[in-house]
Amino acid sequence: MDFMASKQPENSLLGPEADSQRTLYPYVTGTSVVALKYKDGILMAADMGGSYGSTLRYKNVERMKAIGKHSLLGASGEISDFQEILRYLDDLILYDNMWDDGNSLGPKEVHNYLTRVMYNRRNKFNPLWNSLVLGGIKNGQKYLGTVSMIGVNFEDDHVATGFGNHLARPILRQEWHENLSFEDGVKLLEKCMRVLLYRDRSAINKLQIAKITEEGMTISQPYSLKTYWEFSAFENPTQGAVGSW
Amino acid sequence: MFRNQYDTDVTTWSPAGRLFQVEYAMEAVKQGSAAIGLRSKTHIVLGCVNKANSELSSHQKKIFKVDDHIGVAIAGLTADGRVLSRYMRNECINYSFTYESPLPVGRLVVQLADKAQVCTQRSWKRPYGVGLLVAGLDESGAHLYYNCPSGNYFEYQAFAIGSRSQAAKTYLERRFESFTDASRDDLVKDALMAIRETLQGETLKSSVCTIAVVGVGEPFHILDQATVQQMIDAFEIVGEQEGPAAAGQEASAEPEPEQGGAAAGEGVAPMDI
Repeated sequence: MDFMASKQPENSLLGPEADSQRTLYPYVTGTSVVALKYKDGILMAADMGGSYGSTLRYKNVERMKAIGKHSLLGASGEISDFQEILRYLDDLILYDNMWDDGNSLGPKEVHNYLTRVMYNRRNKFNPLWNSLVLGGIKNGQKYLGTVSMIGVNFEDDHVATGFGNHLARPILRQEWHENLSFEDGVKLLEKCMRVLLYRDRSAINKLQIAKITEEGMTISQPYSLKTYWEFSAFENPTQGAVGSW
Repeated sequence: MFRNQYDTDVTTWSPAGRLFQVEYAMEAVKQGSAAIGLRSKTHIVLGCVNKANSELSSHQKKIFKVDDHIGVAIAGLTADGRVLSRYMRNECINYSFTYESPLPVGRLVVQLADKAQVCTQRSWKRPYGVGLLVAGLDESGAHLYYNCPSGNYFEYQAFAIGSRSQAAKTYLERRFESFTDASRDDLVKDALMAIRETLQGETLKSSVCTIAVVGVGEPFHILDQATVQQMIDAFEIVGEQEGPAAAGQEASAEPEPEQGGAAAGEGVAPMDI
């Protein structure tokens, strides 16, 4: 990090801030989160892996948390930044509860608050290195949205982060429909997670599925998916590939 | 109320446990021209009496839109009212920007009350001399609040403030039980009737009053003069003609506290009610 040390004295406009306090690259990261709307609320799935570069180092990381009474947040990207975001939201929900007045922040409000936070950090060139999925249900209204580390945000019936966008969304576009039952929703999510497990090298076979409904949030115990490796294409994978061994 | 040795600054208590400066601020509200508010389950109507200083001038704006779902009617020092309206608009807009959601009225009203309280506990400040009737819609329905210079706030089904508001209050007390389920138009009619009470015989026409409505599916807006006049005519509530003597007793929105005017006497401190 020599170039950083030499940069500091020249950058006098920064004042007491030091470049070394800004996020330059992520260290411990989580991979995809996938979520969809179903009949009673939102279903969200994420594995429990925390990678340290290419090492699958931490295997018990909960990447989905309940926010207040009505929302569920899932994150991929830098785990420490996710923990920082949880701290911000903790304060937010605390102050919301302290009003003690029957009003409460719903998923839409939390999503927009997060968008403001992420975008503001991006503008200061010190991003929270996460892609977030925010889902929830309030007064019968289901809500599912996503925010990226640069502040891009939108809502949809199904969302995903990272590799999930490339591998899971196409499946969801084909097979998602309104008013999925809980069982069908879980089956669909498992189908997406299985593809990710096969194809994403930072995925591990230990996942949780969380659901949020009017009654509240529940998160499953960690479990693993059944995989099949006896496909003939996996035996002699290079047969027919010219130049490979 | 009479002058005494404990009323010079707001940070001095009287031996009876009163803050006279705050009570004097509330007098300013009583001297302002009347403002009334009433609500049903789904709508709130605000009304106020517009008294211009002279025939040559226009009347002061006393009803302000704060957001699509919140509006306020003021009585007392209109300049203070304008400043507080600007604060309220700011709070609403900031909340909307951050949360993409309308600020719940109940929270705005508490923020306003806390702001007013600060002025009752700083030696270098004075209390705001304006009473606010805040009308707003939120998740839990239609609300009408009264914020006073003391920093207290109350929720009401219907209320009136300003000069000769007692007459309106009497009318509202008689009729308030019908308000919850009243239709929007009936609510406006009741508002006009309540305003008429404060005019004490003067003719009710749309040039002397302003009406504003907010409700479910209806963003806050001030009704235009023609519509109001139509409603007055339709409800046939034009008052009897009265001699100029009664009409001459103008209560201006910019108050000179009348010496020995409303004699509250040594009683319960108004802010404690």
